[in-house]
Amino acid sequence: MTIEVLKQSISFQLSPDSGVPAYLQLVQQVKQALRMGILDVGDKLPTVKEVVAEVAVNPNTVMKAYWQLEHEGLVEGRQGVGTFAVRRPAGPPPGTQLRLARRLEAWVGTARDAGLDDEAIESMLRATLSGARAENIA
Amino acid sequence: MSGQNAPAIQTTRLGKRYGSVWALQDCSVSVPRGHVSALVGPNGAGKTTLLKILAGLSAPSTGEAAVLGRVPGQTGDFLDSIGYLAQDVPLYKRLSAEDHLRLGAHLNRRWDASAARGRLAALRIPADRPVATLSGGQRAQVGLSLALAKRPHVLLLDEPVAALDPLARREFLASLTEAAADGDLSVIVSSHLLHDLERVCDYLILLAASRTQLCGGIDDVLAAHRVMVGPRRDIADAGRGFTVIKSTQTTRQTRLLVRLDRAVLDPSWAVTEVGLEDIVLAYMGERSTLAASPLTVIGPAR
Repeated sequence: MTIEVLKQSISFQLSPDSGVPAYLQLVQQVKQALRMGILDVGDKLPTVKEVVAEVAVNPNTVMKAYWQLEHEGLVEGRQGVGTFAVRRPAGPPPGTQLRLARRLEAWVGTARDAGLDDEAIESMLRATLSGARAENIA
Repeated sequence: MSGQNAPAIQTTRLGKRYGSVWALQDCSVSVPRGHVSALVGPNGAGKTTLLKILAGLSAPSTGEAAVLGRVPGQTGDFLDSIGYLAQDVPLYKRLSAEDHLRLGAHLNRRWDASAARGRLAALRIPADRPVATLSGGQRAQVGLSLALAKRPHVLLLDEPVAALDPLARREFLASLTEAAADGDLSVIVSSHLLHDLERVCDYLILLAASRTQLCGGIDDVLAAHRVMVGPRRDIADAGRGFTVIKSTQTTRQTRLLVRLDRAVLDPSWAVTEVGLEDIVLAYMGERSTLAASPLTVIGPAR
């Protein structure tokens, strides 16, 4: 096992083959950390230098990502101090998501025990989602 | 096992020691026939040593090796069935490609010079000039044509594209896959750069720290690995259902690259798929002394 310990608040990983631009991957990973409660309001984001050293990316790419997050009102750059989280993206608090995810996990376990494969589970989920949409319209 | 049913290559706890240094240790791999396999690992991982043993040029210190069910050695039967292209394409510099083809006809029992001539002509490589005057890409193509002229069933290539420019590299790999598509041919091609091989290979052997870290179909390897991100916690408390290959801890966050043992994961992790390059780098990590447990062949997905 390789173990890496970093002093910054969160770490990033870039997938060159995903088709998503690098700056957008950074944006999504910060948002995900905020949504999951890994980053709280007031927490400091890694410095541009730290991100560059970790994922080997152009510094302008990191700055573009942070600028985009600032534009969306999620982070704030403070001159000479760093970039800080100021707001969580819209959506329920992390606890709610986790509780729902646990119930879904239990349900998936039951479905698998009953002999459903992933394809059957996915199509059941899709059918239920579109049924729920139809109910909302009616 | 021998003949049609034997794997292309199979090794069991293979090891090679030079003096007090193990160049290869505890290497167990099995590759079925008909694949183009990438043999990947950092410099000094034992790639060349493994290929030399498989080619019958070097005897193992421990363990066993078999190619098409036969023990590698200097017998005619064995050598007829394999092609081997050593690192840096060793050719006689003052001789032309045509000279090499005539020489090969004397040295081999089975020799298809006309296919080799056709291949070189199609690539517009002058067959009458000393190979020293050819470009690196052309020399590599001559080496490949000579190795294929034996009509081998297993072709072993040691870093064939390392010194080539991107275009020559692409052309070489195209020739290689064309040959693999032609008939009963299994290819093992080594490189320290996975990126070169990802397009043409469907099987992966990963050596690091002189040991086998991974051996399996590339689709199966991809299906078996994930990245998990969540709030910081001790790796010991991370959960069950996976083996941690690499962990990255920050003050607030834990990021794990894991090999899955079962399908359902703790929902407090955000789980994403991970590319082959990141998987390979995680196993090759410089601080990685040894895989969590010696990894066996990754079988088909559950």
